[in-house]
Amino acid sequence: MANTLGLKCRECGREYPLEPLNACDFCFGPLEVMYDYGAISRLISKESIQAGPNSLWRYHELLPADYHESVDINAGFTPLIRSRNLAKMLGLNELYIKNDSVNPSFSFKDRVVAVASAKALEFEFDTIACASTGNLACSVAAHAARGGIKACVFIPSGLEAGKVLGAAIYNPVLMSVEGSYDDVNRLCSEIADSYPWAFVNINMRPFYAEGSKSLGYEVAEQLGWRTPAHVVVPAASGAMFTKIWKGFNEFADLGLVGPVHTRMHLAQARGCAPIAEAWEEGRFVIKPVRPSTLATSLAIGNPADGWYALKVIEASEGSAVIAEENEIADGVKLLAETEGIFTEGAGGVAITGLKRLVEQGRIKPDEPTVVYITGNGLKTTELVADVVNPFLIKPTVSSFEAAMASRTK
Amino acid sequence: MTSPSSPVRRVRLTYVDHLIKQPVVYELGRQFKVVTNVRRADVQENVGWIILEMDGEEDEIDRALDWVRSLGIRIDSVLGDVVEG
Repeated sequence: MANTLGLKCRECGREYPLEPLNACDFCFGPLEVMYDYGAISRLISKESIQAGPNSLWRYHELLPADYHESVDINAGFTPLIRSRNLAKMLGLNELYIKNDSVNPSFSFKDRVVAVASAKALEFEFDTIACASTGNLACSVAAHAARGGIKACVFIPSGLEAGKVLGAAIYNPVLMSVEGSYDDVNRLCSEIADSYPWAFVNINMRPFYAEGSKSLGYEVAEQLGWRTPAHVVVPAASGAMFTKIWKGFNEFADLGLVGPVHTRMHLAQARGCAPIAEAWEEGRFVIKPVRPSTLATSLAIGNPADGWYALKVIEASEGSAVIAEENEIADGVKLLAETEGIFTEGAGGVAITGLKRLVEQGRIKPDEPTVVYITGNGLKTTELVADVVNPFLIKPTVSSFEAAMASRTK
Repeated sequence: MTSPSSPVRRVRLTYVDHLIKQPVVYELGRQFKVVTNVRRADVQENVGWIILEMDGEEDEIDRALDWVRSLGIRIDSVLGDVVEG
């Protein structure tokens, strides 16, 4: 059984039983899972983790659901790659790339949905659901397909074909909602209130969000049981950012790593930067925005965990950076050309943010740094379609050689 | 399955600049047939938010929120966006 005690409001501290709940009845604060860390400390060790599966379930003692093989698609334990070319270009001596774009449905969302899906089975839901502009929809549909349970996925109408296909291939019930982004938010909130489904990021959110802690655990383990000096993380709701920090600190509290001195850097795109703008302006009140960004997976204008993300930046002595819209595709291309990793717009934001932090002197050459790449570029090819510019040659050696001679690179 | 109508609407209002000085919640209750209840709030010098419960007829709440929106106050879900990337 999971080592969980209940749910607790992050604002007023009221406690609730382990049920599919999202917010405190009294203050509307978000609920968080409480763990029996005493029990966990007796169960977990470096050896027990290393003997576990090559997935996020190697950290099952610290997750709020039991492992259910029936719904497992092998999320997590993705590569941590020591950068050579990008590091050299940036003047960094110890840069790592956490490549989470190689998860089964091609984004970090598989981590959170893995936990939410397992918990949904425990709660005996027969349908899992979400509202998404891409990656989350793919992950929910994939987990449901694996588990033989129903999925209902809501997407805004007008999404790029690649994203719709990425979810539709798993054959969920796919609802394309006409209307504005706000309309989709409102509709899905109403449906979540009235249908007995596991909406992964609504009534399952306390459990779902915990899956992202594994992004912290894995980096610490893969670095040889230490936490880096800096991490750079793309942010939308801010939940993943806060959970990476929580993961590092849980490991430290359990004695698996030393004290955490990681500076947490949050990256957003100019067209949707409510958290980063609050940080730049020195305020702890998030002003919601209407998203208009090429980094579509970061397009959350009213981030549920924005305030908590700001507190993590403050506690870790980190920072927030904003990538201009015209820098996002350049960031995607830079990572592809230097490290052979094709990421989506969110990755372009993270790489641009990393560059800026180095330029600003916030990240020094000898400080171990990890940049998180959370989604795959193949779902959003429109962003970098201009790179397709092949030589058109005749099927002759002379035509080939003429083309080779005309190269500019 | 049909969706039951919610008896109380909960919204988050975000104010900026000069709107902070306006008695918006008071005017809401005076101009429209809605009962308002501030459940949480954080108001700073140049920006602030209120989580407001509104009780009344659906149409009247919609009209009241249209008026709030016309002032330039942003209206959002209490729990943040549910649509994710």
